[in-house]
Order: sequence, then C-alpha cells, then structure tokens
Amino acid sequence: MSYVYLYALLGVSLFVLGLNALIVHAHLLRKILAVNVMSTGVFLVLVALSSRNEEVLPDPVPHAMVITGIVVSVSATALALILMLKVNRATGKNELPDRGRD
Amino acid sequence: MELILGDVPWIVVLIILPLTGGMACFLFPAISKSLGLLTSLAVVACVWGLGWQLEEEGAQRYAIGGWGAPLGIDLYADGLSLLMLVVAALVGLGISVYSCGYFSPDKANHFWPLWLFLCGALNALFLSSDIFNLYVTLELLGLTAVALVALADGAEALTSAMRYLLISLLGSLFYLLGVAFLYHSFGSLDIAILAQRAEPSPAVWAAVGLISTGLLLKTALFPMHFWLPAAHACAPTPVSALLSALVVKASFYILLRMWLEIFPMVGTSFAQLLGLLGAAAVLWGGIQALRQTRLKLLIAYSTVSQLGYLFLAFPLGTSLAWKGALYMLLSHAMAKAAMFMAAGNILVLGGHDRIAELSSITQRLPLTLTAFTLAGISIMGLPPSGGFIAKWLLLQASIESGQWWWGIILILGGLLAAAYVFKVIGHVFTQDEPTRQAGTLPTTMEWSALVLALVAVLLGLFTSWPLAIMEIGSPFGTGHSG
Repeated sequence: MSYVYLYALLGVSLFVLGLNALIVHAHLLRKILAVNVMSTGVFLVLVALSSRNEEVLPDPVPHAMVITGIVVSVSATALALILMLKVNRATGKNELPDRGRD
Repeated sequence: MELILGDVPWIVVLIILPLTGGMACFLFPAISKSLGLLTSLAVVACVWGLGWQLEEEGAQRYAIGGWGAPLGIDLYADGLSLLMLVVAALVGLGISVYSCGYFSPDKANHFWPLWLFLCGALNALFLSSDIFNLYVTLELLGLTAVALVALADGAEALTSAMRYLLISLLGSLFYLLGVAFLYHSFGSLDIAILAQRAEPSPAVWAAVGLISTGLLLKTALFPMHFWLPAAHACAPTPVSALLSALVVKASFYILLRMWLEIFPMVGTSFAQLLGLLGAAAVLWGGIQALRQTRLKLLIAYSTVSQLGYLFLAFPLGTSLAWKGALYMLLSHAMAKAAMFMAAGNILVLGGHDRIAELSSITQRLPLTLTAFTLAGISIMGLPPSGGFIAKWLLLQASIESGQWWWGIILILGGLLAAAYVFKVIGHVFTQDEPTRQAGTLPTTMEWSALVLALVAVLLGLFTSWPLAIMEIGSPFGTGHSG
C-alpha cells in the first residue's frame, strides 16, 4: 500500500470523525465545525487519490474540484453561521430543539 | 424562424437567463417583481425552444467553451431533462404569479433574487452531464432553498431552516465522497463516459452506497424524511410549494440519472431495498398525514408519502415503470404546489391553518377550495387525473413484471390519501358561522392555485404529450430490467 492510500484513509477517517461529531454534539457551532471537518476529509481524499503512484505526475482535475469545493464550503459556512446567530436571537439558545413529534 | 430557433443554444440560455435575472432583481429591488415575472415567462419560452430543438434533432450535447467532455464540462438534454425542465418552468411560473401578491415589499426584495437563483440552479442541475457539476448545482440549490425557508421569521422557521441546511450539507458531502471514488476508479466525471467504463469493483460499490445515501437524504425518502415536514410547513407558502414540488425532485432526478446510466450493474437487491423504503414511505407518510392537526403539516407529510411512489419504480425497472414514476413526479409537482398555495390562501386570510376550524374561512374562498379539491383528486389518484395515470402505469408495470405486491401498496396509499384529503374537505363543509373580520386576497393568488390544480387534473386527459417528451433520446433505453 503506497502513501497515497494512507492519505486517502486519513481523509475517510476525518469524514467519519466529523459525521460522529455532527450527530453527537448539540451546540450548533460544533455541528458547523463538524461539517467543515467532514468536507476537509473529502477534499483530502480527492487530492490524495489524484496521484495514482509515485512516478506519474498528479492529475490536476481533482485539484480544480477541491478549489471549487472550498468556495462552496466557505459560502455554506457563512450562511450556517448567520443562521446560527438568527436562531440564537430568536430562541436564546445555540441548540436545535428536540423534535417533539414525528 | 426555424433557422433562428434551431441555432440558439437554448441549453445555455436556460441557465444564464435566471441567473442574470436574479442579479438584476438584486441590483434593482424597486422593479424586482416585474423582472422576476418576466424571467419566469422567458424561462417557459426557452424551455419551449429547447423542446422544439430536441424534437427536431434528438438529444442535444453542448460543450461549454468548446472544450469537449473528458477535459471540459458538457451539458446534455434529452427527454428526461426536458420533462423536468417543463415541470420546473410551469410550476415556477405559477409560483412567480402567486408570489406577486404574497410578499410584503420588504420580503419581496429578498425573495425574488433567491428564487431566480434557485430556478437557475434547478435548470443547471437538469442539464448537467458532469457529476461534479451536479454537486455544485446541488449545493447552489440547497443554499438558496435554506435561505428561502429562513425568509419566514419566527423561531420555528429558523430552527427548521438550520436543520435543513445541516442535512443538505451532509447529503452533498456524502455525494461528493462518492464522486471522488468514481473519479478515482474511472478517471472521468462525464456521465456518458462513466457509463461506458463502469464495471463492478469495491470502490464503485462504496461510491454507489455513498451517492445513494446522500441523494436519498436530500430526497427525504423514509426513514430519512424527518427534516422535511418542519422545513416545508414553516416556510413562506410560495417556498413550501417550491420545495415540495421541485427541490426534492431534483435529487431524485440525479439518482434516477445515475441509476439509468452508471449503476445498471448494481443488481436487484439494492433496487428491492429502495422499493421497500418507498413502500414504507407511502404508508408511514399517509398515516402521519392523517394524524396532523395543521393543514400545512398535513400537506408536507403527504409529500413524504407521495415521494415513496417514485421509488416503487426501482424494483420494477422497466421502461413503463419509469414512465409511471415520472408521471407521478409531474402530476405531484402540479398538485402539491396548488395544495400548498390553497393552504397559504387560507393561512393569509384566516391567520391560522388548524384543520378543525377551517370552515369559517373557506366559505369565503370558493376558488381556493376548488383548487384544493382538484389537487386532492390528483393526489388520491382518482380518474381522470395525472395521479391516476401515474398509478395506472405503475400498476401495469408491477403486474407485467410479476411483482404484484407493489400494486397493493399503490392501492393502500391511494386509500390513505383519500382519508386525509377528505378529512380536510369534511371539516370545510361543516356549517359554521362565517367570521366577521373582513379581508380580501389578490385574485392572482387564488387563480394561480386553481390553474395548477387544473393542470394536474388535465394531465389525466392529455397523456400523449408528456409521454412523448419522455421518449426523446430514449433515456430508459439502457435501464436495467430486474
């Protein structure tokens, strides 16, 4: 197994860690950070898998995808933070209420 | 005339036009209402142009900037894309007309740019043939949809918008991880190239699982529907109609596209699982809808139930079943938009949507009541309506493929739908003192609901046209038969 797969596995574990944090933590800021960790994990997988082995130069397309992904992730985080502030202003809490019914 | 129509790259215009319109609405808020209406009308005209082009020349592929598929990004339109575009354009026009009377000037300044961006994202999504481009459009769609839900003030709307945003981001990330695996395995992002190269391997299985999970989360298939009722019920009425009629269908469209083109080797057990989840959604959504005491929540749970029908086509897998599911998508989009608009009219005039106290309001809204009832006919699947044709096609497909048990689900779902629609209508027709407070609605708000509901019913009479659209480019030609 080359070091490429090591980085890819690291990316997948970041994704899983983020997913765990997203589910476990109630505080909204932690949830937003968890989503960011998850997307970092996905970006790491993309970049790591772009070089198939040590001799060949890495494929540039995944890098372009990661740059686009970072732009998307920044704007999503901005929207999430604004919404968090608005939720805080409306309910006085930084958590989502438990779902009463369903 | 033919020369001009044939030469215009309608595929590109359909994406640029709403985005430009959205920018213009943002820059000139004073005339945003007329700009928005104009853009919606223009989008309908462009879809007509694209339809004409497809009918003449067959499926279209357009390489952006002249760079072909392996390096550049392609746009692709066939019958399946065209059908989705037609639904989005028609429902979108209805929603634009409705919104003219609904929003206060302050809110309208925010609504129009966001709605046009969402319209652009939808069109781009239906026309992309690049799986990473699909990710970008999914995110654009999700972000604008969340912002639109948050337009309704109040703690409940904000918290459901927040939950919707987190779910939407989660779904997109699952999808993106799947895309990373697919790209690593086959070295391409273009759906057509992937379709040629795809072959089973562990990485592809992981990709199929991740992409499907992400998209099912966004489509709110049972048991991942938990975020939908609150978000759809709390949003402003035109936004509820948009979300239920169009936004959830977008991720279904991607799943369907992937299923038809890239995943034919997945096999039947996964398809059976999707069918089972769909059946559970039909029953669970119907039962939950019956239990609701507020009208908008009832309609939102009805969406959960109706989305389940779309997934019954996966285990059947025949061309007839796909057509049934798409017909369901088409008629549900019209009927559900009309239902939400009718509920919105009641909410605006009466100030509440408690089902038990509806009669005093609806006596003053005969047009809205008619719209609700007509939409209900299609939701229940009574003839002659679009819902009936859809169920008929699905039933026929289930009997032809020997899997009759899916037919039972169709019938049970129809009974549940009848129960919850009549629950509302029953309360409406009880004799009650009309309330004294005066108030009128703009006629556009009542008529747009009525026209959409009428279209949903008329779809049962004019079936040849939508079915002919689905045939262009034979999108189901390569579908697996299981």
